[in-house]
Amino acid sequence: MYEFDWSSIPGALPFLWQGMTVTLELTATAVVVGIVWGTLLAMMRLSAMPLLAWFAAGYVNLFRSIPLLMVLLWFFLIVPRLLESLLGFPPGSDMRLTSAMVGFALFESAYYAEIIRAGIQSVPQGQVAAAYALGMSYGQAMRLVVLPQAFRNMVPLLLTQAIILFQDTSLVYVSALADFFGAAYKVGDRDGRLVELLLFAGAVYFVMCYAASLLVKRLSRKGTAA
Amino acid sequence: MISIRNVGKHYGSFQVLADCSTEVNKGEVIVVCGPSGSGKSTLIKCVNGLEPFQQGEIVVNGVSVGAPKTDLPKLRAHVGMVFQHFELFPHMSIMANLTLAQEKVLGRPHEEARAKGPALLDRVGLRAQAAKYPGELSGGQQQRVAIARALAMDPICMLFDEPTSALDPEMINEVLDVMVELAREGMTMMCVTHEMGFARQVAHRVVFMDHGRIVEDAPTEAFFGAPRSERAQQFLAKILHH
Amino acid sequence: MSYAWHWEVFLQPAASGDATYLGWMGAGLAMTVALSLAAWLMALVCGTLAGVLRTVPNRLWSGLAAAYVEVFRNIPLLVQLFIWYFVLPELLPPAWGDAFKQLNPVTQQFAAAVVCLGFFTSARVCEHVRAGIESLPRGQRNASLALGLTLAQTYRHVMLPMAFRLIVPPLTSEFLNVFKNSAVASTIGLLELAAQSRQLVDYTAQPYESFIAVTVMYMALNVVVMSGMRWVERKAQVPGYIGAK
Repeated sequence: MYEFDWSSIPGALPFLWQGMTVTLELTATAVVVGIVWGTLLAMMRLSAMPLLAWFAAGYVNLFRSIPLLMVLLWFFLIVPRLLESLLGFPPGSDMRLTSAMVGFALFESAYYAEIIRAGIQSVPQGQVAAAYALGMSYGQAMRLVVLPQAFRNMVPLLLTQAIILFQDTSLVYVSALADFFGAAYKVGDRDGRLVELLLFAGAVYFVMCYAASLLVKRLSRKGTAA
Repeated sequence: MISIRNVGKHYGSFQVLADCSTEVNKGEVIVVCGPSGSGKSTLIKCVNGLEPFQQGEIVVNGVSVGAPKTDLPKLRAHVGMVFQHFELFPHMSIMANLTLAQEKVLGRPHEEARAKGPALLDRVGLRAQAAKYPGELSGGQQQRVAIARALAMDPICMLFDEPTSALDPEMINEVLDVMVELAREGMTMMCVTHEMGFARQVAHRVVFMDHGRIVEDAPTEAFFGAPRSERAQQFLAKILHH
Repeated sequence: MSYAWHWEVFLQPAASGDATYLGWMGAGLAMTVALSLAAWLMALVCGTLAGVLRTVPNRLWSGLAAAYVEVFRNIPLLVQLFIWYFVLPELLPPAWGDAFKQLNPVTQQFAAAVVCLGFFTSARVCEHVRAGIESLPRGQRNASLALGLTLAQTYRHVMLPMAFRLIVPPLTSEFLNVFKNSAVASTIGLLELAAQSRQLVDYTAQPYESFIAVTVMYMALNVVVMSGMRWVERKAQVPGYIGAK
């Protein structure tokens, strides 16, 4: 029978915590960029200008049809080379981590764009008509009438997506970024205690995501009650 | 045939049924009426055990419904039920709706089950629709199919739970006609309905419920002649004047 | 930009074996498809079972099914995969663990990836199945029981057939997710499509062609699956039935 030995975890906590801050930073960046860029994409996709709509649809469909892991590899292996040769950076200047982060945010934006588009479309057409009837411009109607209602409806979905995204960050493992999972793996590998470290990482993710999902549930219940 | 004795039911502290007793004899037609929320639908669902109850006893054809060791599927197989919203199975053709329970519950061979279809559909005037799906029929037609589906099981009695209240007015009569026909053939029937014309025409007795209690249980003529309780009088006045 | 494109590199014989680099890519694609289909099959079976359990009137069973969903939904896929691959064989009775480790490495990787993806996806399928069942009018269940069908027969003949028809669209996107998530298997060394893209970069020194080709393959898979599911959706349509709510 396997004998557990958890002794390497306490000493590694500061290192693991460092990893967790990377994970949280990644998550926060991707959520913020995702929502901002996602909103723009959603509005482009719904706009009457064919070129914009076409671009947004292409962007969203492209990112949604390939694995996140492939995107991260693109941004880890290929994009830095491209930038090097395009912008004439000296080879070896390390943009790989930033690049992976950007790739992650761009990927998640596509998912946010779809959530936000559905949210915008859930606002009845009559609301837009009423805003125009009051003399508002397209921008005003969007900003003052449509988006506030859409976002209120979307809050639970956006938060749920943030939880998924938090889990997705573990995939930056492929770009050698030391996030929480990467840190746990390194410690386990170093001490020959992979079993304990992986179980520990799983437990930490579970507790955090489960707690967050309970919060979201409560929040959305309050939302529907009000 | 159906014997309801001191039945009581509550959700938490809310009393849905209280001390309900009545009797449906073989060949009898009983109409149960009362304002909405009076517990009449709940009572009829207790008869075939779709709703559990905490007090009293219901005996159908000698079998106690509430007893823990009662084989409910076996009992239900011989107690037909028709619902307010028809509840045909939308993914099956009309014929498949008629044969599903015959095969799966009664164990009839497929061919035998199918063979019963045309006659049953004839009886409710829908022979031509056998290959269609429920969504392609009108509400009245669907409800007639639902009656045929229940009859396909050769039931010893039939329960009707507001069979016409989800129908457009012009379709009510086609369903009532089928029910009248059934009553005339001597089927034992318990009907929750507001169709007082139907009650007058074929019911042997009328049961009036209010607030989970059976307030009145009288022969049809006596009930319509002079209901004893004030609640029943008010109810009849409301229902007959629109 | 002075990059020399060499698409013909795919036709050159690969560094090992007698295949071309195109052959490598084909093998990766086949692995991705096999892995995804096996995992999807498992997810449908386990997810349906769990989804049914979540709706039965028995606290214990529905509670267990809910816990099942929470476990697989709240741990990152990559962590789950590593646990199946690195941890589980250690925790099994030694005889089993050793038997697993003596398997062909590709078999080990494939088995771990199928089980991992299968369970992960089943938790999501479970939630869709539950939502589908719960969106059916309650009277359907009553009507079926009133005809004398048992609860099991009611699920089998009445509720599940209708629930599945209602959830074809969300299941389509889960099916697509399986293909995308299968790329995670590259992290334990399974040579599926994403892993092949890395290999190709290393061997051919033509990174752009390799990545573009593999990316296009994923997009093609997406299109194939989507049109397949559209066909299923058409087949599953019920005449005269307008969406349930």
